[in-house]
Amino acid sequence: MADPFLSIQHVRKSFGATTVVEDFNLDVERGEFVSFLGPSGCGKTTVLRMVAGFEEPSAGTIVVSGKDITRLKPNQRNVGMVFQAYALFPNLTVAQNIGFGLKVAGMPRADIDARVTEMLGIIKLPQMADRYPYQLSGGQQQRIALARAIAPKPKLLLLDEPLSALDAKVRVSLREEIRSIQKKLGITTIFVTHDQEEALSISDRIAVMYGGKAEQVGTPFEIYNRPATKFVANFVGTLNVLEGTVTDAAAGTVRVNSEQVSLKGKLNGSKSGDTLSLALRPEAISLGRQPGRDSSLSGEISEVHFLGSVIRVRVGIGGNTVSLDTFNSPATPPPAVGEKAEISFSSSDMLVLH
Amino acid sequence: MKSGKFWAWLVFALGAAYFFIPLIATVEFSMRMRRGEYSFDAYKVVLGDARFQATFGYSVLAAVFTIILGVLIVVPAAYWIRLRLPQLRPIVEFITLLPLVIPAIVIVFGYIRMYGSNSPLPFLATDTGTNALLVIGYATLALPYMYRAVDTGLRTIDVRTLTEAAQILGAGWGTIITRVILPNVLIAVLSGAFLTFAIVIGEFTMASLLNRPAFGPYLQNIGANRAYEPAALAIIAFAITWGCMSLIQILSRFAPKSANRPN
Repeated sequence: MADPFLSIQHVRKSFGATTVVEDFNLDVERGEFVSFLGPSGCGKTTVLRMVAGFEEPSAGTIVVSGKDITRLKPNQRNVGMVFQAYALFPNLTVAQNIGFGLKVAGMPRADIDARVTEMLGIIKLPQMADRYPYQLSGGQQQRIALARAIAPKPKLLLLDEPLSALDAKVRVSLREEIRSIQKKLGITTIFVTHDQEEALSISDRIAVMYGGKAEQVGTPFEIYNRPATKFVANFVGTLNVLEGTVTDAAAGTVRVNSEQVSLKGKLNGSKSGDTLSLALRPEAISLGRQPGRDSSLSGEISEVHFLGSVIRVRVGIGGNTVSLDTFNSPATPPPAVGEKAEISFSSSDMLVLH
Repeated sequence: MKSGKFWAWLVFALGAAYFFIPLIATVEFSMRMRRGEYSFDAYKVVLGDARFQATFGYSVLAAVFTIILGVLIVVPAAYWIRLRLPQLRPIVEFITLLPLVIPAIVIVFGYIRMYGSNSPLPFLATDTGTNALLVIGYATLALPYMYRAVDTGLRTIDVRTLTEAAQILGAGWGTIITRVILPNVLIAVLSGAFLTFAIVIGEFTMASLLNRPAFGPYLQNIGANRAYEPAALAIIAFAITWGCMSLIQILSRFAPKSANRPN
């Protein structure tokens, strides 16, 4: 197997007595789009800054395209970066901002002009060349920052929460644009975000981080559907957590409330009498018995929220509350609070949180 | 409400009178050189005096060197403190305030003791050395103003992110300071430069005790021996200072507008 394009091995970073990144490992293939997803303070930006060269790892190595860049200065790494706060140079026009890295590299003027024009075309702002940053909207500024980062053809593109300062609508359109440009140019990209929807929608793979470590690295599908840890399951997507007791470890049966659920093959190591945390995604649950769903639980509807196309229903089951979404149907009125209800699901969709 | 406005205007009028009446009186007196009529004779005498031209030229040159020295010391220092050593800011601010509380006469006597012709660093043994010492002394006197002006300018930009953005695009420290940081704080630097200019032009103590042919001692000398010319000189010096302040205001309109948004 070929060597990975970017290899982060056993990287650790401490500030005084505080360790913010612990034994972080990740291999990224050429052209891959990998997101670091995690809550504030999980170390995702610190790892990115170590790849950029703004922080020096306390231990470990960072290799790009076979070259160890761990101790190189940021200006020697040929890495492009987009910052959350745009960081456009206020005294320079859009064209000068995009051409900054090329000018520093000593590229001839005519080549710089050609590349700047090409970049403005890629980000679909060809008419903005002579504007100053303060004359642009947040979304436009961030596109210029992206063009500036990729103009010198860096080996690696780092995006440090580039969409956080933008409003929701611009955020969605810009993230799609970033992904499309990244695919078009085939540039290996690391994207830092705390927004799970962003990470799930544009990444080839996601590294979910917590407490300075990568809890799980996988495709968005794997991360969402097969979370490796309790943290990943809780952090990514909405999750209903139910308490259950193993009634027969050999048969794989668990009692939830007063009903039996079969979880054969998922109880690895649990003994009869053990208490387990079981999780179900809202979309895996149906209201009422549905064909193809092998398990069901009874309860009482505690909340109903009409959200337009979707109705969010909360059902109290013993001491647990389960949230599920059903599509709105004009012919069927929404369920009422206090009604008895049965929920059904496939036991294969139930996750056992360890 | 009306009564409040009346008192506000009254205080303003008193303040304006306190400021303008002596100024108007000085202008009026400076124009009385010719008996029985107003004239600009005193100004003509002053501006035509070879010593005025020589001392003013000397002070202008000293101011230019002081500004260059101040910029070379203060801009990198203030930038580095904002970027890497923010914990040192209170200490540096305190140090930059010292010239305001230590009289210039104390500083200059210190210089004379430290850099006299018999000392290991005999700055005062030659004219060039003494001129250099005077410029260093002026840079010290102007430090509180220059540092504050530059630091205020740096506060308006996101120094760390702009530095990192330039670094990741391949820029070294020289490029970062000259092409990214300095252009964005240029107006602040110019403000500091004009304040420095105003201080140097009127400075007396250092120039006098170091026996330099500067404008300050000339002003004092004329003031002691003539009647109308000192008034004209005072008005000229005042006009120069106001000119500097006006230039700060005009130039600040051309400051690059910051597009950075806080996180």
